[in-house]
Amino acid sequence: MMQPSSRLVGIVRHLLLATGAMLVLLPLLWAIRISFLPAEDVFSPQFHLLPSRWIGFENYARALTASPLLRFLVNGVVVCAAIILCQVLVAIPCAYILAKGRIVGLRLIWLAVLVGLVVPPAALALPLFIMAAQLGLIDTYAALILPWTISPLGIFLLRQAFLRVPDELIEAARLDGLGEVEILARILVPLITPAIGALIMISLVAHWNDLLWPSVVVTSGDKATPPFGVMLFQVQEIGSDYGPLLAGAIMIAAPLLLVFILTQRRFLDGLSWTGSK
Amino acid sequence: MNRRGDASLAPYLMVAPATVLLLALILAPLALVVATAFTDWHLGGGAAAFVGFDTFVTLLDEPDFRTAVWNTARYVVFVVPATSVAGLVAALLIAECRRGQALYRMLFFLPSVATLAAMSVAWQMLLSPSVGALPQILRLVGLTPGNWLQDPDRALSALGLIGIWSEAGFAMLFFLAGLKTVPAELHEAAALDGVGTLLDRLWHVTLPHLAPITAFVLVFSSIHALRVFDTVAIMTRGGPEKSTLVALYFIYQEAFSLFRTNLAAAATVLFIAAVLLLSLLQLYLTRARGGR
Repeated sequence: MMQPSSRLVGIVRHLLLATGAMLVLLPLLWAIRISFLPAEDVFSPQFHLLPSRWIGFENYARALTASPLLRFLVNGVVVCAAIILCQVLVAIPCAYILAKGRIVGLRLIWLAVLVGLVVPPAALALPLFIMAAQLGLIDTYAALILPWTISPLGIFLLRQAFLRVPDELIEAARLDGLGEVEILARILVPLITPAIGALIMISLVAHWNDLLWPSVVVTSGDKATPPFGVMLFQVQEIGSDYGPLLAGAIMIAAPLLLVFILTQRRFLDGLSWTGSK
Repeated sequence: MNRRGDASLAPYLMVAPATVLLLALILAPLALVVATAFTDWHLGGGAAAFVGFDTFVTLLDEPDFRTAVWNTARYVVFVVPATSVAGLVAALLIAECRRGQALYRMLFFLPSVATLAAMSVAWQMLLSPSVGALPQILRLVGLTPGNWLQDPDRALSALGLIGIWSEAGFAMLFFLAGLKTVPAELHEAAALDGVGTLLDRLWHVTLPHLAPITAFVLVFSSIHALRVFDTVAIMTRGGPEKSTLVALYFIYQEAFSLFRTNLAAAATVLFIAAVLLLSLLQLYLTRARGGR
């Protein structure tokens, strides 16, 4: 006799969730809609939910030609790849020693990591800008990449992962005559790939989406990353042309959304694990 | 016993890159910004002179700064509870689903991954009185929607709405993780005790169990809400009439448009202090929750 009511509850639940999901996706769906509208439909007094004539990917083509969008996307990939590579390579050995090593000054390094964990990156924009200006790095890839080559969160996450590796495993490898670097590279890194994956995704989201820092150090469209490109759109001709503008916005958000959709289960599991640490 | 003999240079070399970068890219900038806050220095100006707390006094007298603090506070107070409640409701609904959990979780988290600068353009279109979906719908039910982003009384709320949209995914994720730890026996025991309806069990069993994670989510969302910047930079640039001038955008303007470097540095120091306080609270709550 419980059956009908619990089934009803289930249906209501799915209805609520589906409605919620639609609302959450509305901005994206609306943007996709406008990106396929021909110019005359956008401001037409007659409301068209769907395009009055099919223009295909014309707006997307316009967005790519009217602005250096491709350039922004390539810049985004280059900058993110360089940042993530550095962060991972720097974090792994440091996190390993923090978890398993015994060296003088370990606590001080750990303290510095914790400080870095707390300081919001946005708050460092001003001093980092002053430093970049003194070094003559304004409007260079170096200025976009160098400040973020260290990830305190990454070191923190990888240290947590290394802490779970039993000491006996490392001792056994040492007895087999492996050096520290070999133990790390061949035995331990494969064991902590989920944590490394979490670091890569968190960092990718943070830096692909970052608007503040590029808008501080980039002065030309030449070095603009995708979000800063959006800022540039607005002062360009394309800014008042809604179809191509939204096509551009979609192309900027799409790469990350695709990566997210493809890796979502692992990504979200990793993230909730991060939050619980 | 062999350990000391083994302790060669290797471990030091392994921490060296991270140590150097932590010093150069986090501790040094931190020291630089604090030092700048106590001087009269501005970028491109001459030598710096120590002026003690003068910069902070000037800052506190600055009407724009007060506006920015007030706006940021209003933004946080609006966004954080709504974000947490939205995340909680979504998590409670999703956790009970037998099918589609992963799909819903992904859909509700999507806005947190979507590039906010690009999505700001999408939101602009959604809210636009001429081509937006929301005004179209309001018009259908006979209302006359205004231009929220141009309205000094509404613009901050509109940005707040977008803030909730883009942050609620995190709250949902953390609540979902928390819900997994509610022991099934608790529900069974409650059912046996006659704590019957769904709502009763929610109120007496589930929510008390989620209390610690709720505290964590509140602090986490506050830290994120404090950092609101992208939507302001793309959509309103602090306007209209400074109604969306928030902390980070104030610092950004002072530092990079007005070049009042020391003032921006002082504001940054206060900003870091606020985040630091919240982070310590978060650390404390995380410890309390983990029982470690």
